[in-house]
Amino acid sequence: MTTISTDPVARTEILARIRRASTDITNPDPVTDVPVEWKYGTGIEMDDVVGTFVQKVTDYKATVVRVKAADVPKAIVEGLKATGAQRSAVVPVGLDKSWVEAIKGAGIDARADEPQLSKEELNGTDAVVTASAVGIADTGSIVLTHVEDQGRRAITLVPDRHVCVIKASQVVSDVPEAIQIVKPSVHDGHPLTFISGGSATSDIELARVDGVHGPRKLYVIVVDDQ
Amino acid sequence: MSTELRRVTYGNHGVARLTPAPDKPGPYMGMPKFSKAVKDELNLSVQRKNMRNATTTIRNKRALRVSESPDWDDLRDAAEAIKNRVGRHLDHYLVEAEKNLTANGVHVHWARDGEEANRIVAQIAKDKGADEVVKIKSITSQETDLNEYLEEQGIAAWETDLAELIVQLGHDRPSHIVVPAIHRNRAEVREIFLHEMKNYGRPAPEDISENPPELTNAARLHLREKFLRAKMAVSGGNFVLADTGSLVIVESEGNGRMCLTLPDTLVSIVGIEKVLPTFDDLEVFLKLLPRSATGERMNPYNSVWSGVTDGDGPQEQHVIFLDNGRTDVLADTLGREALRCIRCASCINICPVYERAGGHAYGSVYPGPIGAVLTPQLRGVDHPVDRGLPYACSLCGACNEVCPVKIPFTDILIKLRNKVVESEKSDKIPQDYEIAGEMGLMKTASWAFSDYKHFEAIQVGSRGMGRVLRGKKVGPVPVPVAQRWLKYRDVDAPPSDTFRTWWEKNREEKR
Ligand code: SF4
Repeated sequence: MTTISTDPVARTEILARIRRASTDITNPDPVTDVPVEWKYGTGIEMDDVVGTFVQKVTDYKATVVRVKAADVPKAIVEGLKATGAQRSAVVPVGLDKSWVEAIKGAGIDARADEPQLSKEELNGTDAVVTASAVGIADTGSIVLTHVEDQGRRAITLVPDRHVCVIKASQVVSDVPEAIQIVKPSVHDGHPLTFISGGSATSDIELARVDGVHGPRKLYVIVVDDQ
Repeated sequence: MSTELRRVTYGNHGVARLTPAPDKPGPYMGMPKFSKAVKDELNLSVQRKNMRNATTTIRNKRALRVSESPDWDDLRDAAEAIKNRVGRHLDHYLVEAEKNLTANGVHVHWARDGEEANRIVAQIAKDKGADEVVKIKSITSQETDLNEYLEEQGIAAWETDLAELIVQLGHDRPSHIVVPAIHRNRAEVREIFLHEMKNYGRPAPEDISENPPELTNAARLHLREKFLRAKMAVSGGNFVLADTGSLVIVESEGNGRMCLTLPDTLVSIVGIEKVLPTFDDLEVFLKLLPRSATGERMNPYNSVWSGVTDGDGPQEQHVIFLDNGRTDVLADTLGREALRCIRCASCINICPVYERAGGHAYGSVYPGPIGAVLTPQLRGVDHPVDRGLPYACSLCGACNEVCPVKIPFTDILIKLRNKVVESEKSDKIPQDYEIAGEMGLMKTASWAFSDYKHFEAIQVGSRGMGRVLRGKKVGPVPVPVAQRWLKYRDVDAPPSDTFRTWWEKNREEKR
């Protein structure tokens, strides 16, 4: 553990500066002092939430397929092959057993993250397969709460391809609804990752290039469970 | 980093260094003031072309994405109110954030200025035995000139954002807060990668082309070795959520995720104004920020983490709350509205002055309209660079319209100009040349408009000038005040007719 500790003088001084700078503010209650006219947690009216989600994710040049629950294991194997993951895939500890069996059955090395794979091992693995927590139709985002079927953050980052399974029932219309759904996980201390397409950059002449550091290929399997 | 990887190179001034040095020595403060700097920058025609292409593209993308969002104005109102809530009760929310961050296992530090923040970062690195750190793009750390400080302490700081890498390897400085290498084109990037990568790690392939995907791949490979070996990372933070003690980083490339996840130690420097009251508030800003910043519905990656998670990510985390002038901004009841800024750069992308001058001309880590209102407040107006900033604007007002948190730029700029003028008047500071000129012009203008006779007299004079110049640009003129003003401005020759005389003549003809 680091030995350096906070300088209490700096803290006291900054807080004193803030109080001096805000002497014009007489109402001590932030909520009544500045009302926020906004209805939190509200979604968008949408004819086809899942269809919109599929279209928006596709806009990011990710591949999206829709399958029935029984066909998920097969779709995962197809996803791995389609993205060029021939040899190996990381599987989070809580991933559905039938999915893991299918990966193995296809002759692909399913590497369980238990004990945790080293950074180098992750770097040498072709892909990762995970479930997910929420999908957002308006923005085409997938939210991971990194519980057991999604794994810790590094495994969805270091390998070059991400095959991600999401149930149609997990897709909501917009960001505010998603925020409410993942809130309990945050209160439990889980980190969140929002993924909207694969890693991308626009830093060279604003030309979008897919794939800098994270997975360059995102393959999304939407399970029609409704 | 092991000794064989630790290469010492020679910077532009023949000094041994671990990381590439910027071409121009010293921090931003060492740069010339806007009116002088802009002259040099305007001569860079390649840069001007790069800038025009880039700002036009990004403006159009933003407009498209905003038009998809039917409740855009309500969102802006909400964001403005939430940020005002924070600004008006900053002590309350900072203390709450500190309490919850600490409960989540994060060490919270407070830094009165940049120097203090830098010292804390270096101390943590030394404590951990880290002689290099990987960095996520952070304007706050540019504000404190952290990389240079670490370099002096023998710690190499590697920028990992593609644009920041281009800037760092190019011995250059960022010129934009969202796309820092906006002033470079692909041919320049290729040159930089080819000549510099080999000095600091994995070289770029000899036969690399100008193709952006190829260049990007070279960056991926060059940086991956740094990510995998890094023990410590330094980040900024887009938002700090007080009620859950979480930090939020919004990014595109995944270099942020690499830094936030792989090293053992993570240090985040955040301005004290970055706090949001609740986790719920995130919905407003996640809807506003990506659309405003890069014209995307959502940027590729957002990371939210609430301190240390067992078995996942850095097991030692620090947050440094940085003041560095922010409390001075807060003390001004109008100027404090600039603290709402969420660094989306919409104001920069729409600004006609920025588009032509480029980001370096401002001599400030925050260029464009936000730089013009924020920097002179953060640093005061004692230095000529900062005194010039409120004048780096034509008051066209476009920025007021695009800002997602509704910062009243024009009002703040006018107030700041007043402040500059006041400080010029009090004899403490030697008279500043351009500003004195501007003041003189304003005086002339008020004399002209105060009385109809004065105004007519000027019109007669200017009509004469228009006849002489006819269609030419107004060049140097013998009136000292106007001469200074025109030095940096191309002004069309005055028409040989005033509107009033033209109207009378045309009405005569029609009758
Ligand atoms: S001032 Fe407004 S428009 Fe400019 S960067 Fe900040 S939030 Fe964006």
